Amino acid sequence: MCGIAGIIHRGKSSNVGSEMTAMLQALKHRGPDSTGFAIYGETKPGDFLMRIKVAEKEDMDKGHGILDRIKERISEVDKRLRAHDATIKESENATAYALRYVISHDGNIKEMAQHLEEIDGVEILSLGNRLELIKDLGDAAAVSEAYGLGSYEGTHAIGHARMATESDVDIRSAHPYWAFPYNDVSVVHNGQITNYWSMRREMERRGHRFTSDCDSELLAVFTAHNLAHGVSLEESLRRSVQEIDGVFTYLVATENQLGMAKDAMAAKPLVLYESDELIAMASEEVAIRAILPQEIDTHDPYDEEVRVWQA
Amino acid sequence: MAGVSDSQLKKMTQEERVKALGMATEQLSGRSLFIEFNADEEDRFTYPWAPEVDFNKRIEINADNMASTALNEKMRELMTEGYGSIVIKNPRGKHSLGVGILNRLNLIFEGSLGYFAVGLIDGPNVRIKGRVGWSCAENMMSGTVVIEKNAGSTFGAALRGGDLVCGGSVGSRTGIDMKGGTIIVGGDAGALTGFMMQRGRVIICGNAGKNLGDSMYDGTIYVGGEIRSLGVDAVPGEFTDLERSWLSRKLRQFELLPEKGVDHFTKIIAGKQLWNYDNLEPTEKKLIL
Repeated sequence: MCGIAGIIHRGKSSNVGSEMTAMLQALKHRGPDSTGFAIYGETKPGDFLMRIKVAEKEDMDKGHGILDRIKERISEVDKRLRAHDATIKESENATAYALRYVISHDGNIKEMAQHLEEIDGVEILSLGNRLELIKDLGDAAAVSEAYGLGSYEGTHAIGHARMATESDVDIRSAHPYWAFPYNDVSVVHNGQITNYWSMRREMERRGHRFTSDCDSELLAVFTAHNLAHGVSLEESLRRSVQEIDGVFTYLVATENQLGMAKDAMAAKPLVLYESDELIAMASEEVAIRAILPQEIDTHDPYDEEVRVWQA
Repeated sequence: MAGVSDSQLKKMTQEERVKALGMATEQLSGRSLFIEFNADEEDRFTYPWAPEVDFNKRIEINADNMASTALNEKMRELMTEGYGSIVIKNPRGKHSLGVGILNRLNLIFEGSLGYFAVGLIDGPNVRIKGRVGWSCAENMMSGTVVIEKNAGSTFGAALRGGDLVCGGSVGSRTGIDMKGGTIIVGGDAGALTGFMMQRGRVIICGNAGKNLGDSMYDGTIYVGGEIRSLGVDAVPGEFTDLERSWLSRKLRQFELLPEKGVDHFTKIIAGKQLWNYDNLEPTEKKLIL
């Protein structure tokens, strides 16, 4: 089933970390397997924020010597960052297997990211100037507390409560997906993509990488491909409705935009609230009510509807 | 059932049983049954276990900190105590509220509801002063449900009777698989409205999305605005004076009659050219196709 949510404040920052936590917690019944957040905080000129994981959560229980391997992997990440002339300005462990880096770098981001991901067990969850992408097993409250998201300020965020249907219950298959290697672009999706494999093969032929077998990752790669070729976010969303088969509603966030697209059958839900200051959307109204308890006017976007909002 | 015992019913053929139970096959479609109401046989149309309620006995409940199940159980308890007018405050988009009510009741929700609101009901008059999520009034048998704002998809799915009214716009697949009753939409309706409907009427005052009436077996759809596209086997029908009169009365009843009246409405019916309207067996079809 899965639940998705998005929020964007127009022209100001807010505590989007706690807002998204409340929205996703209200959608817990739609997906108990994992929860993910993509939060867009303040821009740090010249700095890159990088979120990585160096192991799966389940590895912590079953892997003998996993802590040693994690230490080796982190050491290798640091070494390769330096090899790419990146300066590590901050590095902190959110959990034993998830890290947050602030780096300065003016080289080729894609090459650096690819080099890091060649390390066994290492996956870059996000890279950009504003995006903080956090995902882990458990409900929104648990993930938010583990990663300290309650204090995260920003202009916009998207999030996902996942019910695993087509791939494993692990962080690799959790949403949001970062649109590798495009800075600050993330995607959450509710639905099934029926031409996933043919589209994936096409994207792989064009040089894109996939880290999971989750069909939702295709939307991130598809978006990255379009944006890299100068296509606007709105046009990319429109193309997806035409080119991607299946039933889906998905949200895309960029450095300063939030967009949504719904498939031709309008088979997956989305409820939308719009005001001059705030736009909030979610699979169910109950999630919007978690942050806006007063009576509000909401509506369901129609089939093939595409919208983009500016922060 | 009045005058017919279970043992007698068991001995009857299906046709005899249908007649004995007050039902008759519908000649037009040959696929649905309808109950012919007779005031003398009122006991056939009420549930023996349904509580007697007094409309003058009124109560308000604050649903703010109540789970859906607890709220539904509370309403049942109040109906058993004879409350005939129940007002629910602060429903805050909760799911499955007001489901399975099988008696007369004035039920008012002062706010929006989530999924499956007032589904499986038979008799109550409901007003929702807000919006509803997916599948509002699914399988409703009788009564009236009025939503003041918008509604989500599959509005009135498998509706069997009663009036289901949305003052705003509704999502896709409105009236999917409906088997009777009337759905009225003050605004626009999404794609595949009336998909596979079998009986009943859908009235859309605004625009209709693509594939309107796709694969409908029977029933009628009236559209006041633009139709993006018709579905498979949905065709325009003749809009008679009798229907104009009925449509005007129905819309006026819910204060949704357009200023310019209903002459501009388009009527859509089933073309009845789909496979299910012929008498061929699948093996015979192979010989033809």
